[in-house]
Amino acid sequence: MDRREDVVLSKAIKAQATRYTAPPALLDRLVVALNQVDSVSPRRRSNASSWQQWLGMGGAFAFGVVASLTVTLFYAAPGLDDRLAQEVISGHVRSLMVAHLADVTSSDQHTVKPWFSGKLDFSPPVHDLAAEGFPLVGGRLDYIDQRPVAALVYRRQQHTINVFVWPSGAVSTSAAKSLSRQGFNVEEWNDSGMQFWAVSDVGASDLQTFVELLRNAQSAPQLDPPK
Amino acid sequence: MSDRTRQFEAAALPHLDAAYNLARWLLRDDHSAQDVVQEAFLRALKFFDSFRGGDARPWLMGIVRNTCYTWLHNQGKAGEHVEFDETYHSDSSRSAFDATAGNPETLLMQKVEREQLNQAINALAPIFREVLILRELEDMSYEEIAQIAAIPVGTVMSRLSRARAMLRTALVRAGQEKTKWTVVKTSC
Repeated sequence: MDRREDVVLSKAIKAQATRYTAPPALLDRLVVALNQVDSVSPRRRSNASSWQQWLGMGGAFAFGVVASLTVTLFYAAPGLDDRLAQEVISGHVRSLMVAHLADVTSSDQHTVKPWFSGKLDFSPPVHDLAAEGFPLVGGRLDYIDQRPVAALVYRRQQHTINVFVWPSGAVSTSAAKSLSRQGFNVEEWNDSGMQFWAVSDVGASDLQTFVELLRNAQSAPQLDPPK
Repeated sequence: MSDRTRQFEAAALPHLDAAYNLARWLLRDDHSAQDVVQEAFLRALKFFDSFRGGDARPWLMGIVRNTCYTWLHNQGKAGEHVEFDETYHSDSSRSAFDATAGNPETLLMQKVEREQLNQAINALAPIFREVLILRELEDMSYEEIAQIAAIPVGTVMSRLSRARAMLRTALVRAGQEKTKWTVVKTSC
């Protein structure tokens, strides 16, 4: 198989042929579909007579109509938070799918923070929480709510935590809101004009602890970077 | 979400790009590829209990591939294409390849353009296209490809070498066509 022509052709294909990547919408659609299967597991009827089967089919059809209506309504008018939560979770899942967790890999906040300047029109607060058991892994750019946002990556044991940050427009500070979706825990809060979304598959209490630590670190006076 | 779905997502979602790439190449259409990948993943979830650990990639890709062929079959696009290319290319591709082997071809291959290459791969029959895509773009081993396509490893190797030969022939032809056209254009 190591003929020279093969090697040349192989190189050309690798370099030139398109490797298609799944559109983000497909991932979103898929996650929703997989979780619907979960909630709609039809019971098997083994020895039902034919009219019962017809009845069953009618019922299934009616159920299908109701289910699709529900889905349509849900998607037609999702609240801001619902839609954002979905986007944020998708961003989290995507970051884990391909080897694209971090554009800048560093546990040093003084490396990660400056990396964002020039790439975003805001500067996200970056704090390493290694001492508290949540080491900073790095950062990357992501795209949420039709704008580029900062994604900070932390680790908790084997779990990854993504923190998405972008300016909120509101100056107010808000208590963190929690929600749980598709097996992921999400925390959302506002601080000093920034909107924060933390997503992870760590336990809800772990994520809440993390958010508390992060907010404490952010409100503490900034130390000068070591020279 | 149940633990089972969660486990499935953890095993399957990392291969979504590979699955989509294969489906996109086999079906040659974005919309169909998305539909088929979704259907394949739902089928895979259904059969997840029959998956006994190990590497989920060849298992999942096998389901994606089968779903693609079912789709092609329902569209009436699978059978004729395969048979046609099996018989047509068996001799002609080899002689055409032999006639054009050597240095000029190597040179040509280095200059080959993306669009031209994509078109040439798309023109291959699905059974040749798939081994090429899995091998070159997904970096899969012969054994993995054999598992995905449900064929012996020897068949993977022979299909791959046939696919390469056909591709070379097509590229050489396309290269000649292009040269001809350039000559025509400049002489006008």
